[in-house]
Amino acid sequence: MSAHPAGVSPGRHRELPIGGGDALPRKARFSLETGFRGLSVAAGAMVLVIIVAIAIFLIAKAVPALRANTANFFTYEQWFPNDARPRFGIAAIAFGTVLSSVIALIVAVPIALGIALFLSHYAPRRLADPLGFAIDLLAAVPSVVFGLWGRDVFAQPVQDFSVWLNTYFGWIPLFGGDGPFGRSILLGSLVLAIMVLPIVTSLSREVFQQTPRMNEEAALALGATKWEMIRTAVLPYGKPGVIAAVMLGLGRALGETIALALTLGTVFGISVNLIRTGGNSIAANIANTFGEAGDVGRGALIASGLVLFAITLVVNMAARAIIHRRREFRDAAA
Amino acid sequence: MRVKRLSPAVNLLVAAVAFGLSAAIVLGAGIGNGVLVVVLGWALYLLGILVAAGRVEGRRAARDRAWRSLIYSACVLAILPLASVVWTLIAKGAGRLDGDFFRSSMNNIGARDPNGGAYHAIIGTLEQVGIATVIAVPLGVLGAIYLVEYGRGRFAGTVRFFVDVMTGVPSIVAGLFVLSFWVLIVSPWVNHGQPRFSGFAAALALSVLMLPTIVRSTEEMLRLVPGPLREGAYALGVPQWKTVLKIVIPAARAGIVTGVMLAIARAAGETAPVLLVAGGAAAINFDPFTGNQSALALFVYQQAGDASKYAPARAWTAALTLVAIVLILTVAAKMLARRSSSTR
Amino acid sequence: MKLHRSGHLAGIALTATLALAACGSDNTAGGSGSAGASAAPGSCGAGSLTAQGSTAQKNAMDEWIKNYQAQCSDAKVDYQGTGSGAGIQAFIAGTADFAGSDSALKDEDKTKADAKCGGAALNLPMVVGPIAVVYHVDGVDSLQLDAPTIAKIFAGKITKWDDPAIAALNSGAKLPSAAIQAVHRSDESGTTDNFTKYLSKAAEADWTFGNAKAWKAPGGTGAKGSDGIAALVKSTVGTIGYVELSFAENSDLTTAKIKNGAGEFTELTGASAGKTIEGAKITGTGNDLTLSIDYRTSTAGAYPIVLVTYEIACEKGSAKAADIKAFLNYTASTGGQSALGELGYAPLPETVRAKVATSVAAIG
Repeated sequence: MSAHPAGVSPGRHRELPIGGGDALPRKARFSLETGFRGLSVAAGAMVLVIIVAIAIFLIAKAVPALRANTANFFTYEQWFPNDARPRFGIAAIAFGTVLSSVIALIVAVPIALGIALFLSHYAPRRLADPLGFAIDLLAAVPSVVFGLWGRDVFAQPVQDFSVWLNTYFGWIPLFGGDGPFGRSILLGSLVLAIMVLPIVTSLSREVFQQTPRMNEEAALALGATKWEMIRTAVLPYGKPGVIAAVMLGLGRALGETIALALTLGTVFGISVNLIRTGGNSIAANIANTFGEAGDVGRGALIASGLVLFAITLVVNMAARAIIHRRREFRDAAA
Repeated sequence: MRVKRLSPAVNLLVAAVAFGLSAAIVLGAGIGNGVLVVVLGWALYLLGILVAAGRVEGRRAARDRAWRSLIYSACVLAILPLASVVWTLIAKGAGRLDGDFFRSSMNNIGARDPNGGAYHAIIGTLEQVGIATVIAVPLGVLGAIYLVEYGRGRFAGTVRFFVDVMTGVPSIVAGLFVLSFWVLIVSPWVNHGQPRFSGFAAALALSVLMLPTIVRSTEEMLRLVPGPLREGAYALGVPQWKTVLKIVIPAARAGIVTGVMLAIARAAGETAPVLLVAGGAAAINFDPFTGNQSALALFVYQQAGDASKYAPARAWTAALTLVAIVLILTVAAKMLARRSSSTR
Repeated sequence: MKLHRSGHLAGIALTATLALAACGSDNTAGGSGSAGASAAPGSCGAGSLTAQGSTAQKNAMDEWIKNYQAQCSDAKVDYQGTGSGAGIQAFIAGTADFAGSDSALKDEDKTKADAKCGGAALNLPMVVGPIAVVYHVDGVDSLQLDAPTIAKIFAGKITKWDDPAIAALNSGAKLPSAAIQAVHRSDESGTTDNFTKYLSKAAEADWTFGNAKAWKAPGGTGAKGSDGIAALVKSTVGTIGYVELSFAENSDLTTAKIKNGAGEFTELTGASAGKTIEGAKITGTGNDLTLSIDYRTSTAGAYPIVLVTYEIACEKGSAKAADIKAFLNYTASTGGQSALGELGYAPLPETVRAKVATSVAAIG
């Protein structure tokens, strides 16, 4: 969708609606025009209604469970909502959610930026187009497929890698412990990294492509090498866009459910050990324990979902705020 | 002009030395296998090229070379998992790619029955995604019409902002929302006070996920319709609503269809919402309003967690089917977009 | 042109849907099932029953329903494995005609269920699912364990396969010095409840986490469902886990021999598990047959880790009493029980089965 015909760049008429807003004279008070306008306003407002409704209904169903909770919801690390005295807290799963997402981004972002630069500045068009298309297809693959692949295929190399890390870098707490290795935060994070890669790539590519030609040519004319041109012209121009792309990727990683439910060791507890079997996340915990949850259990899961909603909302709003400030590449962020 | 370039021969030599050295170190000391040889060899090659090119071409050109190599290797690294996923899908998914798989359900299939299929799940996916489309498309297109044709001022800005934010709502949150709103609060009214899972609930959750995508893509397409087209209509005295419906929408039709297809492709691959509100079922259920329903993505998830030795084959074949559906939709949508943008 | 194109698309989608809708099958063509299945069900119900609950008896129910429906063409039974808790709630709320549960009704639920029935709600032991301790260690085909050792393994106190405690029980076995990966259920489960109940009764000193449906010991690896544990143990070397026998058999997993109260290491078979059930005390009153299992059983040849799952049904007052009775009459028959043997369940010992059949006969 990047090929806008010249002159109709969507960035231009942003504030004034193309259709003229309500500037056109109206004939009658109640006409089809009013009806249609009302309908479209209602549809637009629907988005706000849904966002607010999500918050309201999640809160409504979470509060009774939170009232029944006998442990501190924010600091308790275990999840026993169906006991006679329910105790549950999100400390461990929130930690696992953030940890796995952050590691996924640490792995994915440099690679994604590399691909984006390759597509925008290095590859010939003949190669860039199909490769970009392949990356977009990667984004379309359902997460359950990545989860299945991560568990059945990718787990083995990651386990070998974990053992290797443990043997030679076991003195670093991240890679310590004496096993077992396998279904670990590392596996989950790497699968997540593969999943956020296309998002960060396509958005960054879009931004890099929009670098003003003048800036690039000026750098080259001054005798800069290609890399120096990228460093001095492309990267500074694209920085806010890249930050936004990273945050959108973070939002996606935080909310990912099924891939993590299939690849993590689902153990409660806070640990920075990346390679030991274990790890859990808010979304994976919902998918795993929903089936046998009773009334309080469901409420507890909804409460944890509310926290997830709040976190992703903040991350996404921050990303979108950055994007909206720089309208030029807003359109790449669909 | 006297520009010295590193000759390809030297380049090759550096590569050979790097990988040879790497193999000697890794295998000699016994600290890893072939993978480590490649990784270490690659690092040594980068270092070598930095030094060699630095001698011949100067420091800046050497850096340029090193970064170029790094960027190229990022691409290779990203293609590896994609290739592995595709290969595994085809190799493992072909196992159950038989007529029975697409004609039968999992009803009456025990842990030791090798057959069984995804017919019920395919029905579920079609119905749920179909209903979700019916809900989300009118809402999304109308919302986009509001943003492009009518909306102005702070309210429109807020709507536009939250449409973008809503694209980031995790699918499991959409599932929990429909669970707490529809399944736990509304459905008991029609089901003797009991919460009821249904395919329709899943469709609701999917439409929540589809809505922002459709608004965004439709908005984009409506904006591409040239303003003079509208002005011409207004000048002829055509009311605005008619202009929108008869002139603007038809002009943008192909683009809107593309956006809708991409949204459908995304919705068809969602597992979490269906798991939470449709419940999953083994038997065929054509009625999306009553009783549990399965879906293709959920079927993959459930078979993936099943201990029967026949389950993995079913899971992979269903995954292959799912990916095929999603990719066909995506590719078709992109082709449609490309063709319409080139003919305009 | 464009209009035509999208019209075509819709047309293709519609055709595909119709084509699909035309040829689906729910595999209802006769119960080809196991050998014991052809035993006459006695009488047939004619209505449709909805039931839900324990996942542990899901496989048994699937088999029974398949056989029952094959012989009673008018009857329809639907059993959803939603979990014991959900099943009991649905039963109390009246949406399930009977419930499957991994434990007998607790007092508060019993009161509610009685009120719903307008009489007694019966706990009928129907499916015996022995719990197998399954492991995956290369080169170790036979493993003997006692309760304290199992408790220490699952509590994370024994971390290596060649730990002296394990070696002492398995003289001659070549135990590797690999890490033990203990796998437990990540979802709540009656299997976990019964397994931890066994540990807390038979290894009081080493198991301090009590018994519950949620796993309470630290560490280990979680897997969803018995399916998840079985799949993980099957695919990962160094793992140990606990699943119902049916899952162990379906996945060809190696099971450990367990030391019982008599000091013997018993292999898990339907018969050895049945001996433990035979020794159980009936604590229910009247037609209610709640069992209390002695996990330290010293009966010769008894396998001590067993899970009894119940059907919970109204004794009187259910509108579908005749249908429920007909179906449960089949499940409690010798034919119904022996149909389960191949699925990895243990048939009810004859003494208990006869009592259950009597109780079912009283439903009405």
